[in-house]
Amino acid sequence: MSKAAVLPSKGPLLSGKGWTVFFVALIAVCALAPVLNIMVPAGSALHMSDYAVALVGKIMCYAICALAMDLIWGYTGILSLGHGMFFALGGYMMGMYLMRQIGRDGNYKSDLPDFMVFLDWKTLPWHWTFSDSFIATLVLIVAVPGLIAFVFGFFAFRSRIKGVYFSIITQAMTFAAMLLFFRNETGFGGNNGFTDFKRILGIPIQTQEMRMTLFALTGLTLLGFFLFSKWLIGSKFGRVLQAIRDAETRVMFSGYNPLGYKLTIWVISAIMCGVAGALYVPQVGIINPGEMSAANSIEIAIWAAVGGRATLIGPIIGAFIVNGAKSWLTVAYPEYWLYFLGALFIAVTLFLPDGIVGLVRKWMARAKAPSEGRREARRSMAVEQGVEPAAVAPTPPPLAGVEPKGARA
Amino acid sequence: MAHALTADEAKAIASGESEARIAALNKAVATADEKTSAFIQAMSDDAVKFTADKVFVIKDDKAFDPVTGAEQKLPDDAEDVVNNNMMRGALDAAQAALKLTSKDDAVRAEAAQALFKEPDESRLPLVEKALAAEANPKIKAQLELVRAASMLSSTDKDKRLAAASDLGASRSPETKLLLNQRLADETEADVKAAIAASIRSIDGSLVWGDRINAIFSGISLGSVLLLAALGLAITYGLMGVINMAHGELMMIGAYATYVMQGIFQRYFPESAFGWYLVAAIPVAFLASALVGAVLERGVIRFLYGRPLETLLATWGISLMLQQLVRSLFGAQNVGVENPSWMSGGLTMLSNVVLPWNRICIIIFAGLVLLAMGWLIGRTRLGLFVRGVTQNRPIASCMGVNTARIDTYAFALGSGIAGLAGCALSQIGNVGPDLGQSYIVDSFMVVVMGGVGQLAGTVYAAMGLGILNKFIEGWAGAVLAKIAVLVFIIIFIQKRPQGIFAMKGRSAEA
Repeated sequence: MSKAAVLPSKGPLLSGKGWTVFFVALIAVCALAPVLNIMVPAGSALHMSDYAVALVGKIMCYAICALAMDLIWGYTGILSLGHGMFFALGGYMMGMYLMRQIGRDGNYKSDLPDFMVFLDWKTLPWHWTFSDSFIATLVLIVAVPGLIAFVFGFFAFRSRIKGVYFSIITQAMTFAAMLLFFRNETGFGGNNGFTDFKRILGIPIQTQEMRMTLFALTGLTLLGFFLFSKWLIGSKFGRVLQAIRDAETRVMFSGYNPLGYKLTIWVISAIMCGVAGALYVPQVGIINPGEMSAANSIEIAIWAAVGGRATLIGPIIGAFIVNGAKSWLTVAYPEYWLYFLGALFIAVTLFLPDGIVGLVRKWMARAKAPSEGRREARRSMAVEQGVEPAAVAPTPPPLAGVEPKGARA
Repeated sequence: MAHALTADEAKAIASGESEARIAALNKAVATADEKTSAFIQAMSDDAVKFTADKVFVIKDDKAFDPVTGAEQKLPDDAEDVVNNNMMRGALDAAQAALKLTSKDDAVRAEAAQALFKEPDESRLPLVEKALAAEANPKIKAQLELVRAASMLSSTDKDKRLAAASDLGASRSPETKLLLNQRLADETEADVKAAIAASIRSIDGSLVWGDRINAIFSGISLGSVLLLAALGLAITYGLMGVINMAHGELMMIGAYATYVMQGIFQRYFPESAFGWYLVAAIPVAFLASALVGAVLERGVIRFLYGRPLETLLATWGISLMLQQLVRSLFGAQNVGVENPSWMSGGLTMLSNVVLPWNRICIIIFAGLVLLAMGWLIGRTRLGLFVRGVTQNRPIASCMGVNTARIDTYAFALGSGIAGLAGCALSQIGNVGPDLGQSYIVDSFMVVVMGGVGQLAGTVYAAMGLGILNKFIEGWAGAVLAKIAVLVFIIIFIQKRPQGIFAMKGRSAEA
């Protein structure tokens, strides 16, 4: 037996920083996928099929939504059932621009989008004024969801609507918006929405290069939002958000006014969803009011919950797992997809309140914490070496500070 | 008076300019016999062909002469008769005119209705004759209107005047349309004035009809909302459980009704079919209550005090229930018939017909409300439920089995959702997504009425129903719905606790 009181110990799989690096790397890999798709020949094992690229691109858009949901729900404790609306609004802003880019190549060979010709409209409605400028479209993608979120949030938070009330009202808001967008008179293509996009910035949208550019852009946006969220949560602002989640009343008694904090994170979250929607539309090629249905908004919440609320990597993992399962199951076993999704909702809330990330942490913590027998061994070794057993410091409770308290929500 | 159809008449009806054909048709109808009616029938069945000088009726791929009925050889150059919409209208009216002599009251009444929509002066003698022979006062009144409508375009000014003032008594939207059409063509000033006066008097009575209609459909919608929300008033209002699967519990009630209908169709005599709905009420209640109890025991029990998690879990349950129904009954809507005692309606004014099924639902909602009020306010179970919701530890100390009371209360709320589904099956489609369309609305009602307040739920349901229907009157259904949602959002800004706020002080709202 050796004289040194060192037992071989298991280190953490990755430290907090390690995780960040891991995810930065993962997202960088996502951005590299286009290279694998274009440069690598189709026969090679490294080649990524067009289908896979489209799927991953779509899921990255969803991951941005899940991240946005996590900021407002996981960290601030406000469950929004209206994020689908912000997503769709961003998509519609982009869609308007793409519709104008079709130009005279539509079925009716008119300057107006096809559905307007179909409705016998002679001029563009007022809200299409800026739709031919790409710069204005970029501004609108941020401004429209942001502004609507600001107005709605201001009134809701000012009268201190919270908890389930807020969730239900956001659901009603989305429902109203969906009804509005289903109408032809609203000028957003009614039932069919926008589709048949031809080009973006004059470049045909269906080319391989354009699709890869959009893909890479989505990956970079996700990465950007991830780093931004990380910075935000680490800042004092982020601490206050978490305090609001855990005990809003106490935050007020401590002299903070939660209104500004809640409103800011709410607007940021809405803008993130809007941007995700704007990236989603050119990749998927269609946007219609179905995106605003209550089911879509609530699904965003489950991505965040599956991955793990109040962690930044959780929602991204969750979005990938749930949507990956969805795209596989809806093809392989279409009848069972809803059973699976439903069961997922129940299982996550009942058995996995901290999501997959929480589960992994628990396992790691268990692995890290020495077992009783191991502790015994260490103590006896210490005695053998003449060291006081008490000096063998008990392992601190693993990761106690990181345990998300949002479960109470 | 009746004289046989001639070959020339038949040709004039079958070919030429539409207007000339209609004139010929109307002339033939005035003096019709059986052959004429057979020919008109063939015309409207598109079974007539013609050549330059002859007309043929085609039957079983053989050509017949319409006048003699003898079989003939169809020349190769025979063309199909083309009937445009105007001609079809005239043919329908001609057939209706011929039906005026039917022995069946219902057929005559229908014929009179049809003629009223396509009045023509040429049919006046026919109408006069039918009027003289008519014994049924209702049909007689209708025929008098037809006579007036037919005279309205008469060339005789006095007849037009008389017709205009007669029509003023009819008070139906169709008459108004007719008068408006005539008003546009009329040249004589005093006839114009008479028509305008008649229109005004019709308007006066129609306005009331419209108001009654709007209020009735508002109350009807309100009672549907009330039924949907009453169950939620227990599960959400009293117990604080956000049950997003509430709509699906309604759907289960509706499908239970559908199953009962199938059982009655299959195993019971036809005369008993009308009773299936009565039998379906307890079945729907029990089916939904059972599912509700299972949900409470299996899932919701573990989530008390975590409303957002409950919301997500129950949403998952709702997805599974929807898919379950799709697997069992198919994705299509299923047909649930009204029993015969619920079809038809109560005619109050010419433009106000209150359907029996809606009236029944209003009454049913009232009964369910009373039963629930009694159950919560007067029975031992209700006492326990109130006790547990007000102060769980003390209720427990008093020996109440709080876990069991939770299950009972949740099952009760679910059962009432089942009753709502049973009622909805009588007025709307029964399909897997039936519940989805009501869930937002019913939460709105409960939130607006104030949590834990039965009276608030009633006022909110009725208020929202009537408000919705009145806005619908001038802005259309979709905008009305949006307006109501916006209204609720603003209302909750002002009174976050609903119409009837619970009294008390608390920092945590």
